[in-house]
Amino acid sequence: MSSRLQVKLGDLTLKNPIMPASGCFGFGREYVNFYNLSKLGAIVVKGTTLEERIGNPTPRIAETPSGMINSIGLQNPGVDVVIKEEIPWLSQFNIPIIVNVAGTMTEDYVEVARRISNVSEVSMIELNISCPNVKCGGITFGTDPKTAHELTKAVKEVSKVPVFVKLSPNVTDIVTMAEAVVEGGADGLSMINTLIGMRFDLKTRKPVLANKLGGLSGPAIKPIALRMIYEVYKHVSVPIIGIGGITSAEDVAEFFLAGASAVQVGTANFVDPYIMPKIIQDLERVLDEMGVNNISELTGEGWNY
Amino acid sequence: MEQYLMRVKENKEITDKIYKITLKLKEINRSLAQGRQNKLFSPRPGQFLYIRVSDVTEPLLRRPISIYDYDPDTTQITLVYRVQGEGTKRLSQFKVDDDLDVIGPLGNGFPYDQIATNAHIVLIGGGIGIPPLYYLAKELVERGIKVTTLLGFQSKKDSFLINEFLSLGEVRVSSMDGSIGIRGTVLDLITDRDKWDTFYTCGPMTMMKAIQEKWLNTAIDGYISLEERMGCGIGACYGCVVKVDKKIDKRGYKKVCFDGPVFYFREVIL
Repeated sequence: MSSRLQVKLGDLTLKNPIMPASGCFGFGREYVNFYNLSKLGAIVVKGTTLEERIGNPTPRIAETPSGMINSIGLQNPGVDVVIKEEIPWLSQFNIPIIVNVAGTMTEDYVEVARRISNVSEVSMIELNISCPNVKCGGITFGTDPKTAHELTKAVKEVSKVPVFVKLSPNVTDIVTMAEAVVEGGADGLSMINTLIGMRFDLKTRKPVLANKLGGLSGPAIKPIALRMIYEVYKHVSVPIIGIGGITSAEDVAEFFLAGASAVQVGTANFVDPYIMPKIIQDLERVLDEMGVNNISELTGEGWNY
Repeated sequence: MEQYLMRVKENKEITDKIYKITLKLKEINRSLAQGRQNKLFSPRPGQFLYIRVSDVTEPLLRRPISIYDYDPDTTQITLVYRVQGEGTKRLSQFKVDDDLDVIGPLGNGFPYDQIATNAHIVLIGGGIGIPPLYYLAKELVERGIKVTTLLGFQSKKDSFLINEFLSLGEVRVSSMDGSIGIRGTVLDLITDRDKWDTFYTCGPMTMMKAIQEKWLNTAIDGYISLEERMGCGIGACYGCVVKVDKKIDKRGYKKVCFDGPVFYFREVIL
């Protein structure tokens, strides 16, 4: 792969900036039926909690205009199973492994981060302070700057690997949240997580999702993600991983212009299982068209005009 | 599973809002499956195709449609679907010689390898749950297994596939308004004299739930095929789960797209 696509997230070098968004790719096992995961810049695994989570009741998903809402509820086998079964299997692809760490209290976030960052194959933690689908937890951390700051600090104290904090867009002021976690020691930001939304069924007159509310993802949220990254970029000096409705190499370039140094592809994997290798293949053409040598030159370029 | 381009050979309404679409395997997604063996396309009864009905983002998600029939000699696959919402409406607008982007075959399918040749099987289908039972019936009959089919419809104008099943064995029909077959549900088609070894069912949830309750404490074995709204269709997103008996699976949920859509009837909590 050409070094034109190479990007850096702090000290971590990725051969290309494309990785899956947590929760949209399981632990990667389903997608090896389609392609070799070593093509990717990195792998991001599903939100991992201290104990196993069985997730929310069904229906868990509903389609929306150019998007979908979900309330999966962090279904995952728990950190010890992830360490024992998923990480060793993923290490065969020789790409950085990023583990999305989720929880309900500071103590369990810290414990998961401690255990997972001691695994030598893990390159980075993505701290999930923003899952909208878990009661009493996640979202509170994601909407209160003080709590988010303290949680980041507590996790940073135990983590042996860089910690990126995944921000919730469901806040009044995204810049305040970003600054709070960066002051807490965050090595970078992932943004954005899903926007809280809902749908109703006209026949039953009830919300479509059993959990009533869900996280909106897909192309519908792309402009919001771009705006938030753009706003935050000028206020922080840490790298940003852009997320939100990316379906093409052109979208990736747009996220870089807003301030991203790498991106995650989520919902688009459901529509086209080959979307990430396709985007990687297309990126050089887009760089040529834009007259850019290395993709990293585009980061934050949108601010120059 | 693989991503395929399939050429539409036929796409026509066979009864009110029910369409039959025949697709022919055109090509595997070669550009990305470089150097890989062209996997044999061999769908099993009870599996489904995950079809992209739009090349823009509206509607965004693919639509899972069960397999009605497959001919390995011509690699033609036939699906029967009901136009229900925006996605299936789009599907009905595809014309002969159009190409469809399809992932499949997906799901586990009906287990029937262990069925003894002297067994008597009952297939119970309601409405748009009927089509996947046809491919299963064909495979069973080919092995010399005796098949009885119970079909339930709202009314005569909604009925379809009755003759196709008649060519494979005994068929009993019910309709809610009595305009075809007996008035009532498929459960009213079951008599005390019936002695079946295994059942396979697909249809409305209320129907399958009633069947599950009726036979839970009997010796009969059976399988239920579920329908659920799906995200990825391949087991990665955990969107389409079904509750299972924790004595059987401690996690409490199984994925309809990947672990199913067919489940042992004592395993799932409907």
